[in-house]
Amino acid sequence: MVDNPRTPPIITAMEEKEVEVKAPAQEKVPDESPKENLIPVFIMGKRFFVPESFTIITAMEYVGFQFKNAVGCREGFCGACATIYRLEGDYKLRTGLACQTVVEPNMHLAQIPFTPAVKAVYDISKLKPELVSIQRYYPEVFRCVACNSCTKACPQEIEVMDYIQAVKRGDLETAADLSFDCIMCGLCAVRCPAEMVQFNIALLARRLTGRYLLPRSHHLEKRLAEQREGSYEKDIEELMGLSRKGLTKRYTERDLDFEVF
Amino acid sequence: MSGYPEYMQASLKKVAATRPARLEKAREGREVVKAMTLAEREDVLNKFHPDYLPDARKPVRVGPNKGEEMTSRVVDLLESYPRINPDDFDLSEPDYDTDVLIIGGGGGGCMAAIQVANAGMNAVLATKLRVGDSNSMMSQGGMQAAVNPHDSPTIHYLDAIGGGHFDNNPELVQAMTIDAPRIAAYLEELGVMWDKDSEGRLMTESGGGTSRRRMLSCRDYTGAEIQRVLRDEVKNHPDKITIVEYSPAVELLLDEAGEAAGALLYNMETGEYNVVRAHSVIISTGGYGRLHIKGFATTNHYGATADGLVMAYHAGTKLLYMDSVQFHPTGAAYPEQIVGFLITEKVRGLGGQPVNKEGELFVFPLEPRDVEAASFIRESTERSLGIETPTGRVGVWLDSPIVNLLNGPGTIQTALPAMVRQLKRFGIDMTSEPMLVYPTLHYQNGGIEINADTETTLAGLYAAGEISGGVHGRNRLMGNSILDYNVFGYRAGHAAVQRAKALVDRPPAKLHMDHVRAYRKELEEAGIPETSHAPILLPEYRNPEVLKKHRKDYDPFLGEFI
Repeated sequence: MVDNPRTPPIITAMEEKEVEVKAPAQEKVPDESPKENLIPVFIMGKRFFVPESFTIITAMEYVGFQFKNAVGCREGFCGACATIYRLEGDYKLRTGLACQTVVEPNMHLAQIPFTPAVKAVYDISKLKPELVSIQRYYPEVFRCVACNSCTKACPQEIEVMDYIQAVKRGDLETAADLSFDCIMCGLCAVRCPAEMVQFNIALLARRLTGRYLLPRSHHLEKRLAEQREGSYEKDIEELMGLSRKGLTKRYTERDLDFEVF
Repeated sequence: MSGYPEYMQASLKKVAATRPARLEKAREGREVVKAMTLAEREDVLNKFHPDYLPDARKPVRVGPNKGEEMTSRVVDLLESYPRINPDDFDLSEPDYDTDVLIIGGGGGGCMAAIQVANAGMNAVLATKLRVGDSNSMMSQGGMQAAVNPHDSPTIHYLDAIGGGHFDNNPELVQAMTIDAPRIAAYLEELGVMWDKDSEGRLMTESGGGTSRRRMLSCRDYTGAEIQRVLRDEVKNHPDKITIVEYSPAVELLLDEAGEAAGALLYNMETGEYNVVRAHSVIISTGGYGRLHIKGFATTNHYGATADGLVMAYHAGTKLLYMDSVQFHPTGAAYPEQIVGFLITEKVRGLGGQPVNKEGELFVFPLEPRDVEAASFIRESTERSLGIETPTGRVGVWLDSPIVNLLNGPGTIQTALPAMVRQLKRFGIDMTSEPMLVYPTLHYQNGGIEINADTETTLAGLYAAGEISGGVHGRNRLMGNSILDYNVFGYRAGHAAVQRAKALVDRPPAKLHMDHVRAYRKELEEAGIPETSHAPILLPEYRNPEVLKKHRKDYDPFLGEFI
């Protein structure tokens, strides 16, 4: 009971008549934390006191956890530290990245280091940039009930539901654009009542967009054609043959040109 | 509302007051501040770069580079004792037999694995955390490739080699700059969404030390976009690529001829050790930011603990330029929760300017990284024109609001969504207020010596990405690291396949770890006490108060009772 004082005693109405209900025995919990600026948080139900300005990751390390999973870049780019939590007195299940979320008093948290996920195996060169490609591998995309749970769960504030709708319309480019900042933490998929894996669907939409739908760069194609002639190898070999002094001269005398194209 | 404390407001007002004049100069395309001459660069480096502090370097007493000066923390790691005792392991029945073993699941490892699979051979991809967990995932700003008409691989070559202070291995720079456009096209084929205009022209930005706009980008999630595509492609070859996660290699295994032929993996979850035997071994375990050299905060991934460097050195592989550390000029200095986080160089590429407490632009915004970083340190120390934080740190302003004024409203939001989001989480709006920055430990300039085919001095061992040395000399330019791991990951994959094809019919190699025994003996003979072990695998961030309450015979690094 100490771990989670909010949990009410489980008693049915029938039992209530027969049994005298006593308030659960409370173990004495000091009201004040042991040191200044420390606040209580509950990590998988167990209470620890941590510095109030720390992120979840650094707070857990402070109390002695050494991460072997559920941690990665620590800067919000890798999606390894997906975390769910509730705050005292609030029914809402919240989501966040442990490296980007500052602890709050009486936060009850658990990390989700891994999301079991359907991942299609495909040859990108044999796919068409159309809805049918996604439908073939992820037909569950049509189970979406537009409940918006995914969007609410996204720590990147991505309009997840909107990009799923775009996929359903066959508008892969919009889906790619809306989902671009996805770090594949898995929280959308965990919350989805239609049991789809949004982040893998989005990844397929983006790869199809990148390969087929974005216009090709003529500059790049021209450069590649030039290179097939091998012209730059010779130029560079000339530089490689220079003395350090000669090379330094060429470097300091090189012109700066910041024109766009 | 300002995201900064009251006492910084006076300085922020000065930054805002000097902004119109600075903006006008930048708009006219004039040099906002004169770039330094080579002599000036050398002077600021010698006086202020952390590499040049008196105790920054010391000679290593063992191994192939014996007697050479290296970064002191690296020497300590190389002079640590191996984690394991070779006598404890039976290597005669490998758990995995494969063509190519790839150690490290970042960008370089993934790129190499895809090449092996495409060549029809088998690979084991072993990684300490998850596939894709790496610095590759975190790089923001972009990848250099000379694709514009007025640019060329030759100019790219000159920029890279000058930025590296002419210490780069020319053969490697040639390979990198020549391959760059091909790699950009290859990634596009895989589905990477490069930033383009409506006609398909690749958007290009400037970076520190580049003489052309050459930085291709995917918003400011460039590394994440490339890495998630490569990871997805790796997972599209389940019949060819066996992924082994949460299993760092702890030592390399050699064959009868003393050539690389596998590795010993340590399953961090179950504590078991697994033996992998292979015809070729690619090592791409990244760099060492988590060693916190000189106490600096780092931009690096949790896993960046130089494990591969240690293993390769134990096996007799030569290292290059391990005396040179890259400090990124713009690490976050405020608020405390994000100290050390990378503020991408793209902010300066788009016109952002470093200014001091008085609102003065004090250095050309796009000097090579080491020069820029040293200038920030000079401004904050000798000149006392930095801004102190409430926790006693110091930093200089990076004026970001000027980016929208220069390029049009909304530029920051479109080009730097990751940056905006990350700072907003901690109360800073970079579109209306500058960021407070200070140099942060960013990149391992040196590493394992390789040639253009990624061969190391140990036959059978190939190295790609940040773990290798020579590509960037003693200072890497922005946008050349994404390029590096793609180019050399690609090359490593192909080179390893060539070797594996030649060896595929040989009788199974007899594996051993005699080199580990020899290394231990060398340490003992040098009189080095056994006080630490390596590779360390995980950085130590636990509260010392908690560690004090562990059993006295418990070694937190080894995770065992000793």
